[in-house]
This record gives sequence, C-alpha cells and structure tokens, in this order.
Amino acid sequence: MTSESSVTTEQTLSDEAMIEIIDMHKWFGDFHVLQGINLTVHKQERIVICGPSGSGKSTLIRCINRLEEHQKGRIIVDGIELTNNIKNIEKVRMEVGMVFQHFNLFPHLTIIENLTLGPIWVRKVPKAEAEETAMYYLEKVQIPEQAKKYPGQLSGGQQQRVAIARSLCMNPKVMLFDEPTSALDPEMIKEVLDVMIDLAQEGMTMIVVSHEMGFAKSVAHRVLFMDYGQIVEGNTPVEFFENPQHERTKLFLSQILH
Amino acid sequence: MADIAHTSPKKEIRPPVVNIGVIGWIKANLFNGWFNSVLTIVTLFFLWKTVPPFFRWAFIDSVWNTTGQVCRDTGGACWSIVTENLRFILFGFFPYELQWRPLLAMIILFVLLFFSQNRKHWKKPLAYAWIAGLFLMGLFLRGGLFGLDPVESTQWGGLPLTLLLSVFGLTAAYPLGVVLALGRQSKMRGIKTLCIVYIELIRGVPLISLLFMSSIIFPLLLPEGVTINKILRAQVAIILFTAAYIAEVVRGGLQGMSRGQYEAAESIGLNYYQTMRLIILPQALKIVIPPTVSQLISAFKDTSLVVIIALYDLLKTTQTVLSDPEWMGFSKEAYLFVAILYFLGCFSMSNYSRKLEKELSRGD
Repeated sequence: MTSESSVTTEQTLSDEAMIEIIDMHKWFGDFHVLQGINLTVHKQERIVICGPSGSGKSTLIRCINRLEEHQKGRIIVDGIELTNNIKNIEKVRMEVGMVFQHFNLFPHLTIIENLTLGPIWVRKVPKAEAEETAMYYLEKVQIPEQAKKYPGQLSGGQQQRVAIARSLCMNPKVMLFDEPTSALDPEMIKEVLDVMIDLAQEGMTMIVVSHEMGFAKSVAHRVLFMDYGQIVEGNTPVEFFENPQHERTKLFLSQILH
Repeated sequence: MADIAHTSPKKEIRPPVVNIGVIGWIKANLFNGWFNSVLTIVTLFFLWKTVPPFFRWAFIDSVWNTTGQVCRDTGGACWSIVTENLRFILFGFFPYELQWRPLLAMIILFVLLFFSQNRKHWKKPLAYAWIAGLFLMGLFLRGGLFGLDPVESTQWGGLPLTLLLSVFGLTAAYPLGVVLALGRQSKMRGIKTLCIVYIELIRGVPLISLLFMSSIIFPLLLPEGVTINKILRAQVAIILFTAAYIAEVVRGGLQGMSRGQYEAAESIGLNYYQTMRLIILPQALKIVIPPTVSQLISAFKDTSLVVIIALYDLLKTTQTVLSDPEWMGFSKEAYLFVAILYFLGCFSMSNYSRKLEKELSRGD
C-alpha cells in the first residue's frame, strides 16, 4: 500500500552510532523477557522490528527511553549511557521521541497544548515560539485546522498523527514507534504511514515495531525479527523477506504474509 | 450523496404520538397501570395532609416580632425566637456594639468566594485579594490595631466561627489530602509508609476524639506558660481529619489514570512534578469531584462538633438561645433556621461542583 512513495534506502549510512545496546538483559519478575540484546543503530538508520506477540519487541524499544529499566548490559543513546542517574534519563528522553499504540494524547488539553507542553516545560521555549513550531508540525501531519480541538474529538488516525507531531515538537534525534498503526481502523492506517514515510525521507533515525510489511519493505534499512527475547535475525528488507535464514522467521513470515 | 437523498420520495416519519397536553401527560406519567395510580393517589393524599398545615403553621398563624410570652399563646410558628435573637445566634458573645466587624469580615469572605467561583479570575490579582482579605478579616475579628478595640478569640462565635473553621479547614485540607494521596502512591518506601500510617490512624478515630485530644491532651504536652489558641487547635484537628479522607478519594482518582498517560508524559521528558501537576492531577482530580465534594460537605457539617470543646459555633449559639427561659420550647423554629443556613452552604457547594464538572468536561 505504500510502494508508490518508497524511500531510497540505498544511501550509505554514517558510521556514527546513535544507539548502542550491548548484551542487554531484562526480567519481569522471573520472566526473562530480553535475553542478551546486541544492537547498534546508526544515525539516520531506519529499523523495523517484527515478531510474534510476547517476543519482547515493545519492551526493547521501551528500554531505549527508560520506560522500562534493564537489569544487565548497557544502553547508550547519543553518547549518554542509561543508568539510574535521573538527569541522564531526562536528557535521553529529550532526544528520543516515542509514539504509542494507543496514542496517549492528554485528553484534558487541546491539540496545540498537547504539542507545546514538552517544549515549554522541558526545553523552556517561549510560548509563542512553541506554538509556532507546533503549528508547523501540525501542517506537516496535515491537520492544522484541529489545533483548538480536544483529542477526544479526533479520529484515531488524526490522534496518532497528532501524537507524532507532539514528539517532533521536541525536536528529537530518534523516533521510536511502538505498533503505531495496530490500534487503528484499516482505512486510517495509510494516513499515519504516509506521515512516517515523510519523516523517513527527511532522514530521521527511526525504530519501528510494526507488522506493516509494506512499510518495512519500502522504508527500512534493516528488518529485525525477534522471538523469545532475542533478535533472531536481521537483514535488509529484500534479503529478509525473500531469503529468511531462520526456521522461526520463515514460520512467522508464512503466518503474516499470505 | 446529497443528490441521492433528494431523489427519494420525502416521507417524514415522526415518533408515534399517543397523547398530547396536560391530560395526556398525567395519564402517561401518573396513571399508567394500577400500581402507579395507587402510588399517585397515596402521595397526593400525603401531600394534602402535610403541606397545607405546615404552610399554615409557618406563615399564616406565625408570629415574627414578639416576646416569648406572646408566642406561647399562638398556635403558629414563633419566628420571633430568630428575629429577636438574630444577633446572638449569628455572632455569639462578640461585644454587641462591635458586631459590625464580624459582619464586615463575613461580607469580605463572601465577596472573595464569589469572585473565586469563576475560573477566569484564577490569576495573581485574586491571590493578592485573598491575602489582603485574610488580613482584613483577621483585623476585624481580633482588633487591636488602627484604633479597633481588641476582642479575645474566646468571644468569637456564631456564623463567623463556623465559616472560619469550615472555609479554612476545607481549603487547607484539600491540598494536604492531595499531597498525602501522592505520598501514598510514592515509590519511596519511607514516605509511603508514613502516609499510610497517617491516613489509617486518622481514619481510625472519630473527629470528636481528635477534637478532645486537641483541646485536652495536647495542651498537657506543651511546656508551661505556652498556650495555643483553642480555635486554632480545633482548626488543625479539622484539617488533619478531613485531609485523610480527601487523600483516599484522590487516591481513587489517581488509580483510575491509565499507565499510558504517565508514559506519554515521561517520554516527552517531563519530570515527576511536571507529570503530576500538568497531566495526572488535572485529570484525576476532575474524576473525583463528586466524592470530593461529598467529603467537603460532610466536613462542613462536622464543624458543628466543636461544641463539645465549648466553642460557640452557629449551632451552639442557637442552643444557648433555647436555654433562655423566655424562649424555651421553640426549638423547632430555631433549628429550622439553622438548618436553612447549613443547607444554603451545602447546596451552594454541590451546585458549584456541578458547574465546575460541566466546565471541565469540555475535553471529553
């Protein structure tokens, strides 16, 4: 569905690492949800992570902005290592935007207030300037006319586009997407994916947990497959879909592509 | 689309009309079925037996400006007990010729409350107005400055005392309750335990025992020669008591918030205080407006319990009038009057809460 606006993935990526994850483990109680994750994400790289539910893919990206705490190994985002140091966590969160499955807009604030909250309180941007930036991003996601409305008055697709704009207002270096289209009605998926494709074209570093294989094929530099808390394999989209190496990957792909 | 709609034959379908007019309404709502008919007749009979006699007692046969002796000879209501003793009921033992001062203080309070109703006024000037107002109210009640005669706080009483205890009790208890609720949700063990212990201890004792403690036991613990104003002690007891209940109500609201709201706030980099102040509390407190107002209303009425530590609040001054031999036996009228005052207070609170809820629900 997105092939008409495919993004070139041929460009050479810089060697600079944006995110480095080294032998990272996480447990929920006794459940070993992430078992030794090693992953380097380069600047401007776009990664799509797929895998069966419960494989730990959401947990992995939630560790990157410390919504979940990892118990072993290292995570370094833009040169800042995530530890219990709250100042570092806040710095990382300023640089990393996140879009959630269920949008999580603030229902008691208008759209424009949703967008300006972070810049005003975290980046200490003057209100007028923050509003100007907010309107710029609202135009970009093509809903400037909704600025004064409340989230409850918008459709799911519109809400998710607002959520993306909200993250962009913080001017992040990385965007994390946690199944951004799986709570949407089918006819709204495209409008959200289109916004994400635009973002990709501008060179944003993106990690997307998604089962939108069309999106993965046209936008991703790398597609990762996760199962049982491990990255089973990762490859360029062409290789990944046409020549999967692992049995579990083949099984998974056969289940979702038919 | 519109074209298609227009080409189809226009047939207006209205809801079926069974009955119109007053008779129709009565038939449909009061006499539909034998059970409802019986209920209607019984209710009408009951109203006919009670309302006219009450009306006759309260307004037609009543006397308004007489002595107690005249009252005893009439069959109707003796409102004279209220009109003749109004100033004592309202102001207690405050020196008679100085009673314009508490009156003025109350007027200042009402004006401030009136302006505070509108959320558009919730800005800096209103805060300054409250500070100035508090100072003026204190000045008028206490005196001792600017040539005003000093009045001991033991002489304060009646409506100003009730208002003082409730307005400041509630406004102080609310934020304290919110802080306690946040503390109880805290990840920091020490703070959490402290809040739980506080809330459960306070909720485990009746307000009366707290008031007794504040007036009898607490002074024993103070070093000799140090005394703390009795009204202040009662005030603190009311605040501590109400806050514990508010805390539990607010905690209910906090638990109703989805994790997604916290995560969204954290993911854009807000810290704990910003997350709570900007995202969580505005939503959580809104959800719990109805139970919070119930709590506040009940706290307002509970201020009348200060009679047991011999403070002359509105209810106590009324009782004092009733113990006067001249007015003995007219408790119905006196209590009805006090009940109306309390009702006005409670009703305006619940009215205001409904208005606030409506205003705040724009986003849903």
